[in-house]
Amino acid sequence: MNDYVIEMLNITKTFPGIKANDNITLQLRRGEIHALLGENGAGKSTLMSVLFGLYQPDEGVIKKDGKEVKINNPNDANALHIGMVHQHFKLVEVFSVLDNIILGAEDTQAGFLKKKDARKKVMELSEKYGLKVDPDALIEDISVGMQQRVEILKMLYRDNDILILDEPTAVLTPQEIDELMEIMREFAREGKSILFITHKLNEIMAVADRCTVLRKGKYMGTVDIKDTTKEDLSRMMVGRDVSFTVEKKEKLAKEVVLEVRHVTVPSKLHKNNAVKDVSFEVRAGEIVCLAGIEGNGQTEFVQALTGLEKMSAGRIQLCGKDISKFSIRDRALAGISHIPEDRHKHGLVLDYTLEDNMVLQRYFEPAFQHAGFINKKAVRAYTDRLIEEYDIRSGQGPVTIARSMSGGNQQKAIVGREIDRGTPLLIAVQPTRGLDVGAIEYIHKQLVRVRDAGCAVLLVSLELDEVMNVSDRILIMYEGELVGEFDPKYATVQELGLYMAGARRQPQFGGKEDEVTDDE
Amino acid sequence: MNNSKTAAALKTMLAALICILAGLVIGFIVLLVLAYTGIAAKGEPFTMLDVIKTAYNDGFKQLLMGGFYLKPRAVRNEIALAAPLIMTGLSVGFAFKTGLFNIGAAGQYTVGALGALIFALIFKLPWYVCLLGAALFGAVWGAIPGFFKAYLNINEVITAIMFNWIGLYAVNTLTYMGGNSPMYNLKTTKTWPIAAKSEWSVIPDLGTTYFKKPATIAIFLAVAIALVLYVVLNKTTFGYELKACGLSKTSAKYAGINEKRNIILSMTISGALAGFGAGLYYLSGVAEWQPLVSTVLPSMGFDGISVALLASSNPIGIILSALFISHISTGGGMMNANLFPPEIADVISGVIIYLCAFLMLFRNALGRIFTRKNKGGTK
Repeated sequence: MNDYVIEMLNITKTFPGIKANDNITLQLRRGEIHALLGENGAGKSTLMSVLFGLYQPDEGVIKKDGKEVKINNPNDANALHIGMVHQHFKLVEVFSVLDNIILGAEDTQAGFLKKKDARKKVMELSEKYGLKVDPDALIEDISVGMQQRVEILKMLYRDNDILILDEPTAVLTPQEIDELMEIMREFAREGKSILFITHKLNEIMAVADRCTVLRKGKYMGTVDIKDTTKEDLSRMMVGRDVSFTVEKKEKLAKEVVLEVRHVTVPSKLHKNNAVKDVSFEVRAGEIVCLAGIEGNGQTEFVQALTGLEKMSAGRIQLCGKDISKFSIRDRALAGISHIPEDRHKHGLVLDYTLEDNMVLQRYFEPAFQHAGFINKKAVRAYTDRLIEEYDIRSGQGPVTIARSMSGGNQQKAIVGREIDRGTPLLIAVQPTRGLDVGAIEYIHKQLVRVRDAGCAVLLVSLELDEVMNVSDRILIMYEGELVGEFDPKYATVQELGLYMAGARRQPQFGGKEDEVTDDE
Repeated sequence: MNNSKTAAALKTMLAALICILAGLVIGFIVLLVLAYTGIAAKGEPFTMLDVIKTAYNDGFKQLLMGGFYLKPRAVRNEIALAAPLIMTGLSVGFAFKTGLFNIGAAGQYTVGALGALIFALIFKLPWYVCLLGAALFGAVWGAIPGFFKAYLNINEVITAIMFNWIGLYAVNTLTYMGGNSPMYNLKTTKTWPIAAKSEWSVIPDLGTTYFKKPATIAIFLAVAIALVLYVVLNKTTFGYELKACGLSKTSAKYAGINEKRNIILSMTISGALAGFGAGLYYLSGVAEWQPLVSTVLPSMGFDGISVALLASSNPIGIILSALFISHISTGGGMMNANLFPPEIADVISGVIIYLCAFLMLFRNALGRIFTRKNKGGTK
């Protein structure tokens, strides 16, 4: 009997112009948690798509239990008991949990669904692994954490014993992450094998047995976690030393730049308000972080702040000036820079060239136009400078179409463009989403640099590491309300997690002293 | 720097040429079928060669030669036809560039024609004032769907289609008025020829063989406007804003561009272009408006969509594609009418437009071939 359940040997996959996987070997043992680590574009997804039958490798073989197999489509993968939870869940929103679990693997009798049997099996699995779900709830009504449990149950229902989890922790609170890891360990004890795709090193150190590292499509090696350190892993992944803690001086908070009073924003999704009576201020020279789980009103709040959405009540004051009624353009001119949450939807005109995008917020300034004619030379010179300063890499420099650039470089372009405007307030919404450690480190440094230069920074982030590392002050938002304020020096991730999940609320935000309510 | 840009332009041109070629081939096949049925109906013995000869000599040759089949008269017609076609093409193309589908060019063209007629026949103003009047009328008709789109979020296609018909019958009513309209000539059942009422309202010609009425300087005006639009779209902040709105409304909004204002402006300009085109046509004395029989919208408006699509909305390309469309439809009118209906020209342009819908596909496929070759070259 071979030691390995799945072996991907010398896999090479080439796309036009790029070698996504170059001679990669991945061997998965029975009952192990195997992490797959790599930056964006390192080839993790391609490799998993090959294993899942979505792509055919140009070279190399896949073996299951030592026997060579051919996986032509996801059904083949399923037949080999390979299951995958995608980063973006593949669930039918308007179906119930149970229907989603059995979808595609329905047992029928004379054409009728045998739902009773299915329900029994699902409940058994749910009980056995502590994957609490309500089988009759609709997917659209349940939390992201529960949706993930549904995805995992889907794999178990199909008797999969090779489980691929693609960035499973991105959407979870710290407590939920702990639970998930416990469940993963339980699977491993039972002899199931888990492939765990992530770029969060802490999680790998906590839960994985071994880790395979990819860099730019190449295989960097497989290491035993117990013999390695976080620093070693990141060096393998990035190719250089990366610092995890952001170095920064004590903050020198000065005058109030942004003052928000009783801001309320109606929701587009439901009848309630998305943001309820939020008040706080941001001072020059400090980074205030608005933390919370996705969908708790942060997006709407920022849109109201920048003018993209209308607020129904409240007042916004920037540098002592009331800007509540200002248009988007006037707010920007009054001194707001905005690194938007969605770089494709808002941050860039994807079909414009890089240089056209670099002046998206200032093409109308005298420096870049004369009598309505754009001064292409000035735009080019400006773009060249930003490319140089912010290390924006692209195929053809200033004339590269933004769409063709990598996500990291698109983000750097936006960060550079917004920071360079030198406004008193910088709003950065998830500025490092989907970026690799190298780019994250870079963007964090930039945020600290502008803060040291006397800019007020409002950071909205879902990543607790980022929240703890970068900010000077943490505000936690839950269901559209502020529920707590922390100094990162004296707060723990666990504590923040409780507030983010709505289990606690500080007295000044309307909570009782030491109040603890149950999560679900 | 412009390597990528010229490469992209070349790809687009090549793709358009492939569409045209395929359209012509299909057109020739249709002619062959018609020639075959026509000859077979006579009951005399014939060979396949006869069929091919007939199809070519009586139909395809005219199509290919266009106005030059009967020069110089037909060439002048072709030129007269091309000028308004360029304008409606620009109207649709300009809207496309800003993310709007101006299917209302036909209506704006119609209302623009009314403007031209009012300013020429009633006020008897010089031709350049009449042209501006035509543009103004078209602009108003374009602005209305723009307004609905911007403030009430009603799709511009729906409003524009309705306003096409409202425009058509309003124009019919106003030019006829029970026979009492000062623009209406009871004898010919058409509006009065411009030259008969107001000499200086007619757009002048150059008096040369090819640029004699109805081929006036209208064509140069149209080309000049195409060039101006090219500059506006590519060199100005205004064009930058409009294109940003067209490519990504959300990003434009984020950048503080007033997208509502831009939608209305874009539709207004688009309407003005179509109206101006009608001015060029009716002030050149090519034809008169026939209020009693005009129950369909002028094809000029919809042909503008074809012209814009074929040119991928590039103003310079629109000049060329309008010339081409006017070339084959002029040719189509000169085919042997016993065998081939002149609508064959429409079939061909229809096929070409249909293929144009796949233009993007072609272009991407060509792009892939090009990049592959380039990659091979550098490695």
